[in-house]
Amino acid sequence: MAKVIDFQTDPSRYRHWKIRYEGAVAHLMMDVDEAGGLFEGYELKLNSYDLGVDIELADIVQRMRFEHPEVKAVVLQSGKERVFCAGANIRMLGGATHAHKVNFCKFTNETRNTFEVAGAESGQYYIAAVRGACAGGGYELALACDHIILTDDGSSSVALPEVPLLAVLPGTGGLTRVTDKRKVRRDHADVFCSIEEGIKGKRAKDWNLVDDVVPNTKFDELVAQRAREFAAKSGRPADAQGIALTALDRRIGEDGSLTYSSVEVEVDRAKRVGRVTVHGPKADEAPPADVAALHGQGASTWMLRVARELDDAILHLRNNELEVGVLVFRAQGDPALVAAHEAFLLDSRSDWLANEILLYWKRVLKRVDLTSRSLVALVEPGSCFAGPLAELLFAVDRSYMAEGDFEGDNRPVATITLTAGNFGPYPMSNDLTRLQTRFLGEPGKVEEARARIGEPLEAFDANELGLVTFCFDDIDWEDEVRIFLEERASFSPDAMTGMEANLRFPGPETMETRIFGRLTAWQNWIFQRPNAVGDTGALKRYGTGVRGEYDMKRV
Amino acid sequence: MLDLINVSYDTQIPNNVGLSSDKRVLKALEKWHPGYINWWNDLIPRQFQDSLVYLRTAISVDPKGWAKFDYVRMPEYRWGILLAPQVEDRRIPSGEHAGQPAWQEVPGEYRNMLKRLIVIQGDTEPASVEQQRFLALTAPSLYDMRNLFQVNVEEGRHLWAMVYLLQKYFGADGREEADDLLRRSSGSEEAPRMLGAFNEATPDWLSFFMFTYFTDRDGKMQLESLAQSGFDPLSRTCRFMLTEEAHHMFVGETGVGRVIQRTCEAMKEAGIEDPYDIQAVRNLGVIDLPTIQKKLNLHYTLSLDLFGQEVSTNAANAFNAGIKGRYQETKIDDDHRLQNSTYPVVQMVDGKVVTVDVPALSAINMRLRDDYITDAAGGLKRWNAAIAKMGVPFELKLPHPGFHRHIGVFSSVRMTPDGGLVSTEEFERRRDEWLPSKADGDYIASLMVPCSEPGKYAGWIAPPRVGIDNKPGDFEYVQLHMA
Ligand SMILES: [Fe+2]
Ligand SMILES: [Fe+2]
Repeated sequence: MAKVIDFQTDPSRYRHWKIRYEGAVAHLMMDVDEAGGLFEGYELKLNSYDLGVDIELADIVQRMRFEHPEVKAVVLQSGKERVFCAGANIRMLGGATHAHKVNFCKFTNETRNTFEVAGAESGQYYIAAVRGACAGGGYELALACDHIILTDDGSSSVALPEVPLLAVLPGTGGLTRVTDKRKVRRDHADVFCSIEEGIKGKRAKDWNLVDDVVPNTKFDELVAQRAREFAAKSGRPADAQGIALTALDRRIGEDGSLTYSSVEVEVDRAKRVGRVTVHGPKADEAPPADVAALHGQGASTWMLRVARELDDAILHLRNNELEVGVLVFRAQGDPALVAAHEAFLLDSRSDWLANEILLYWKRVLKRVDLTSRSLVALVEPGSCFAGPLAELLFAVDRSYMAEGDFEGDNRPVATITLTAGNFGPYPMSNDLTRLQTRFLGEPGKVEEARARIGEPLEAFDANELGLVTFCFDDIDWEDEVRIFLEERASFSPDAMTGMEANLRFPGPETMETRIFGRLTAWQNWIFQRPNAVGDTGALKRYGTGVRGEYDMKRV
Repeated sequence: MLDLINVSYDTQIPNNVGLSSDKRVLKALEKWHPGYINWWNDLIPRQFQDSLVYLRTAISVDPKGWAKFDYVRMPEYRWGILLAPQVEDRRIPSGEHAGQPAWQEVPGEYRNMLKRLIVIQGDTEPASVEQQRFLALTAPSLYDMRNLFQVNVEEGRHLWAMVYLLQKYFGADGREEADDLLRRSSGSEEAPRMLGAFNEATPDWLSFFMFTYFTDRDGKMQLESLAQSGFDPLSRTCRFMLTEEAHHMFVGETGVGRVIQRTCEAMKEAGIEDPYDIQAVRNLGVIDLPTIQKKLNLHYTLSLDLFGQEVSTNAANAFNAGIKGRYQETKIDDDHRLQNSTYPVVQMVDGKVVTVDVPALSAINMRLRDDYITDAAGGLKRWNAAIAKMGVPFELKLPHPGFHRHIGVFSSVRMTPDGGLVSTEEFERRRDEWLPSKADGDYIASLMVPCSEPGKYAGWIAPPRVGIDNKPGDFEYVQLHMA
């Protein structure tokens, strides 16, 4: 079996990051172990990173939210002299398959987005304190922070050297954040993105590439001051106790199957289909009685447990099962219990933990949206597509619902239950809810659906309301579903990815959709072109001293 | 017609580049000039600024007889822009453009790379003056003080040389970089110099000699590689700088040699046979040989760090682009493109030092460092010959290139000077055996008392064999200004 890329880690296993907690402020030091690459064939010099480094960062960001509610400001710094971060490791990119590059960029983007919103949505602000060279992915790390401080030591600079140096784009949101977030004038951005050595000192501030430029001797002082200021803005409770994100209960089978406490994944490699089944709370697993009980349950509470398991399963499938082109979602259990667990969190939102769990669901559902596989949901008898699980129905490309009783199946008739959760707390990257996106042309349908909150909707109603794609009864179900899956798995994966990505995100553009749509699509085009990845392309030739050869025709 | 051999003094800035007819650059240089003078005046202690120093000033770039010696007040030194004469039909010596006519203007595609190389080189020039700023106060003789100032004014001129290139060829960016060269300063917390060795202190005269021997020699190697640049103005600038650099290394080699000579003489006079009897030797008021070895270890290894990573993309790019070459590129018998050849490079594999053949392009730094090590070994041979001649059983050695390194493959391990791998704990425990300790520094500092009577020398250093410009032994190289 090929090496499994595992997205689970914990602080005892970090090789690339160090964290110091000082009350409301956490100091996060990037100190990449050169010899700690995830794969062979490259050294992570100059604080450059690969997927392994980013998996640790994602873990840190996640634990910061759950295990350290007292942290209000995170100062991101380099543990190395004279370099902040040189960005993604070029030799790693040069040697990686296209699929790995794309998955790597997607995951790093998701992690950047996660800490980028931590301040606004959760009162945990990130501050980049930049000393030394901060280039490419290094500057993109900083760009995703709430605030960037650059030392004015005459040599430290920020740079996006991808275009002149490597003939690719700053693909982790760099181009987009420069114009959309920092609102750097587009001609200045053009200059900035074309110069390898970047911009330092006063001009970096004048062009709004950074927020503060400060004499080196005042650097630490200003960083401390900004950290205090951001911490003062935060509404996080000072005395809260975190919960431990304990290791997942997970088994990985030889056949690619994954078994968690409440999520099961079956991988049919021959048919190129992955079947993800989410199990609702067990019959005796009532929602926590109160906030104290929720904290007592910690990572084992159903809503958090399932979110973590689903998140890990999606990441695992994306990175380890490249030929599984179709993911089929099922949900089995008691929809009323699912709705009750969610309702408890929605009602307890003033509690930081309840709030964090809901915010996490938002991220996990976005992760599903952004998974470039054909996504299908099957609403079968015994289903518990309610609230957060019903969101899966609106995330997938198509949904099939079983109509009425099925012979020899004693499970309850298939239903869908809408909750308040389907109307706000889990927006997509276009900032609309999945139902708003679904009914972009008929906003009235959203209101129609809202009126049915709490009702177990059977196939007829669900179809009327437009919540599912097709309904089939016992006679047709099996054939229809089989034929669809076979057809879907036979299409060109490239065309599928392109089609689905275009159809999934109608409506307004946001910075996030621009990053995952426009920037990523262009980057992935460039990543395929000989000018970058051909044997004489710039990315392949990087480090040899020989320049890339370009086909100078504009396309 | 432009006289490209003799220096023109028709502007405030002596030059052989026709500055008086290049109004744009002249204006930029004149604007930069006051900042430079301020930098100089703030740096060198007042009493020396007003003293008359017997310095050589370049009056021509003709390899024969380019210098004129005279008494000068340093702030009035004629810093200028001097390029070696243009070689007719010069070709790009190496890289993918080898054989094409050398560039007289900056090629757009290599503009940033060139600018960066020039800035890095330029940053080292004023740095050493900053590092050496207090040494005149403890000069062991007027002869040595004069040599120090000669080195200083020439490093200042090297800065001018780089600033000229920045201002002439790199537009507004170049002018900004030229200003930043005066903004950064050695050892500053605010804005340090770009390379590590140039932020280290030069606390005493033995350090100064070691620095000029080892670190200026790194400068020489870098200049040698830039002298092979396909960008002709850079090549010509560096070729002229090399003639000045030779004097700096002369100061280093003879300086260390004179310290060794004095130590050995004193030992012989006192009948001390054992060079490791440090206390006995120190009682004579001279610097014991083991301490000289430690100083050597320090400055040599800091200088090795200046060569950067053994396998380097930047160096490969620069070579392939033809903007720098190897040491004596034109004398090497190969294709000068290196796209298909390899070069042996040391690597650490599973905790062992192994030699691996890597693509030669990526090993440009390693090759230059190898050439440096060979070049640096020459002086040691002469020092050791002198020690042997005086009958002292001691030999100075260059430590293993893995010892005390902060950059490159060896930075992740700890080694003894002999190249044995040791743990970090052991290294720290035995550090004082190999590198100057606080006590060593204190002892040397105690010897640093000025000696400013013409013809006299401090007790820890022998007089030179011959004077500068063939002056007699009691020549007053510096007429000190007594305020
Ligand atoms: Fe120099
Ligand atoms: Fe020098």
